[in-house]
Amino acid sequence: MTKKSDPILIDKLADAARRGSISRRSFMHHSLAAGMTASAATGLWTRSANAQPRKGGTFKVGMHDGNSSDTHDPGTYVSRQQIYLAHQYRSYLTLIEPDGTLGPDLATDWSANEDASVWTFELNPNATFHSGKPVTSTDVVASLNHHRGDDSTSAAKALLTSVTNIETDGDNTVVVSLESGLADLPWLLTDYHLAIVPANEDGTANWQSGDGSGPYRIDDGEWGVSWKLSRHEGWHLEGAYFDKLEMLVLNDPNARQTALVTGDVDAVSLIDLKTSALLQRDPNIEVENVPSAAAITMPMFCDTAPYDDVNVRNALKLAMDRDEIIEKIAFGAATKGNDFHHSPAMPYWPEDIPQREYDPDQAKSLLKKAGHDSLSVNIHTADSVFSGAVDMCVLYSEQAKQAGIDVKVIREPNDGYYSDVWLKESFTAVSWGARPTPDVMYSLAYKSDADWNESRWQNERFNELLIQAKAELDNELRAEMYREMALLARNDGGTIIPMFNNFVYARRSNVMRGESLAASWELDGARAPSRWWFAG
Amino acid sequence: MGDILGLIGRRLGLGLIILLVISVIIFFMVELLPGDIAQAVLGQGATEENLRALRKEMGLDQPAIVRYLEWLGGAVTLDFGNSIVTDERVTTLIGDRFMNTLFLASYAAVIAVPFAIILGVIVALLRNSIFDRVANVMTLTSISSPEFFLGYILILYFAVKWSMFPAISSLSEGMSFWALLERTFLPALTLVLVVTAHMMRMTRAAIINLLASPYIEMARLKGTPPWKVIVRHALPNAWAPIINVVALNLAYLITGVVLVEVVFVYPGIGQALVDAVSKRDFPVVQASCLIFAATFILLNLAADVGAILTNPRLRHPK
Repeated sequence: MTKKSDPILIDKLADAARRGSISRRSFMHHSLAAGMTASAATGLWTRSANAQPRKGGTFKVGMHDGNSSDTHDPGTYVSRQQIYLAHQYRSYLTLIEPDGTLGPDLATDWSANEDASVWTFELNPNATFHSGKPVTSTDVVASLNHHRGDDSTSAAKALLTSVTNIETDGDNTVVVSLESGLADLPWLLTDYHLAIVPANEDGTANWQSGDGSGPYRIDDGEWGVSWKLSRHEGWHLEGAYFDKLEMLVLNDPNARQTALVTGDVDAVSLIDLKTSALLQRDPNIEVENVPSAAAITMPMFCDTAPYDDVNVRNALKLAMDRDEIIEKIAFGAATKGNDFHHSPAMPYWPEDIPQREYDPDQAKSLLKKAGHDSLSVNIHTADSVFSGAVDMCVLYSEQAKQAGIDVKVIREPNDGYYSDVWLKESFTAVSWGARPTPDVMYSLAYKSDADWNESRWQNERFNELLIQAKAELDNELRAEMYREMALLARNDGGTIIPMFNNFVYARRSNVMRGESLAASWELDGARAPSRWWFAG
Repeated sequence: MGDILGLIGRRLGLGLIILLVISVIIFFMVELLPGDIAQAVLGQGATEENLRALRKEMGLDQPAIVRYLEWLGGAVTLDFGNSIVTDERVTTLIGDRFMNTLFLASYAAVIAVPFAIILGVIVALLRNSIFDRVANVMTLTSISSPEFFLGYILILYFAVKWSMFPAISSLSEGMSFWALLERTFLPALTLVLVVTAHMMRMTRAAIINLLASPYIEMARLKGTPPWKVIVRHALPNAWAPIINVVALNLAYLITGVVLVEVVFVYPGIGQALVDAVSKRDFPVVQASCLIFAATFILLNLAADVGAILTNPRLRHPK
């Protein structure tokens, strides 16, 4: 390019193309005048003019992690195949929107009493199962009760322990009562186990039939192989642009990527980080790299020397070069941690907290303040914690040398790491799965009396705020509380958080998506089939 | 002929005893695996309470020997029970998949067996020539590489670079036979490459071995052309070892395709077996393994019968 392109004019043109108020011919003419090359202008036209979703086509998805022994039982959902499929043929009460906010699925509206201990959910009267039966409060009660009670075999049982009663109030209203206030309940109901299935006569859940009220109905399929679905006409939400949907289990990373390259599938749920850079070179493929709420943590026991001194803890946090770790260990597919366990993919994320950077000099002076000339610590880790766990610790050890800290990496056996090393050794590396809200995460691993308080951190103010925030229904007040808690954890806590791992998946360029991607699961929060569409 | 029927009967009876022993071994091997099925099904979210509930639901609270005898009681009446995890009939669960595996194995066998034997005859004819050396090196290279590696190489050229065949062999209902052959060509070709060397080299060795015999010398002195010497005089006497090797390779085609199935995402029985083992789903593991074992027993029997039928000395024992 010889001319410098005019970004404002190009934006305006793209807007006009999106609205359809400009023809392709004059679009190209003006774009070239604005300094774009012909190929760039063609690309922009395609992208902008296709921003409006259109119906049609068969969308084929290749997914990882599917077994032939999977079942329709929502209580035992564990593989990605079950989770992705569940979001197509079944519905939930609430869902996470692409922008990360909480939105309606089957429930159009929800409200709580003053202390958030009784919640009322209004159901969408237009929602129907694929069999034609309307979705009523009886179905919702049966579906949620599937995860409660003494003989429930559900893995989601722990999630609903504080629920004392679930009852119907007419056909379209469900009332959930809890032991104590829980402002997060509507968020918890997005959990992938809590899918709504039809009720049997006797009030139990009929999960066996595979009937649901999701955007696509199952035509045919086999666990561990593939599923064929077609659009559920009259779905209660906006979307489901594809006529047909095919979901293939492609467990082998190579098979998955090859199928995407050759066009056998239109999108895949996971790509190999080591080769993602090569895949990005293919002009027919778009790689998505979406920050998630899954985290790598390195907890230190706050009641054990030398970590009982906050200056030592902060020196160890400053001695880490997170950028280098993300570049070399996660191949760029991670979001920088800031030493509080609250990812940008979670609600109430405080964005104005300054990022902690690598600063060996300041780390040195903090050590001096704590009365140490030099420091030697042991970090325990294992290969199975996550791919690159041992390498990350070795890299950290090199970085910490600059700050006069000698970090010895002790490699533990994979078997029994979480029973024999984690919560037993004073400094370890840990991998955490995504949790939907900061409350769930903090209650699980940062509350002073939590079983999994991995850093043995005791902070009175933090615990006070945690309990207050749990039942606080005013979102702004809540966000303010979580901000203060984040600052406390960052500046006083005993956990180094190097990074939050990203979801890395890919689609063919002729598949269009909305402006943002939900961060709850791969493939736009597992809802790509109802949110994406084919370019014309 | 009566002798052969008697032999088949005796061998089938022996086969049943072998299957029984194998089923005991498999059952206790699955029992020995650490962890249990309830743990494997519920994963991370498991608590003591719902583990207990699930174990009870699956009947795991009964002692191992009782569970085995119950299964055996069903199996003698050809009722292989239900999968513990999905509660589906084992026969429906693995029936289609076994047919798929059988199809892929036959597809590969139909290409590989004639190809390997003809190639074997040709290299025996042109022994120690350049052609012989090249054919040997090529087939030995392909048998020495792991199947998944061969599969990846074929995918790279035939699917990605030349776009001749699909990279994944996902099947769908109502596919025409030709579409099916095209979809499964690459996995079949991989299997052909893996089994050819063994059969070809055995054919070559068996024929060359015979070429030193006096009756071949006689044929040659009569002025019979070399190809006729091999095809008409040497080959009939070389069948026995060739049939044995072919049978072994056919069994391998059925039981050894797990890696090829994974690479090409082919819905065969191998994948089902791997999933069942990782979930400790004993009835499915048992049924799959017995199918494999029966395959070996039957093909070995077929090889012995074939060897007897092609050898008059064995057909009419003194």
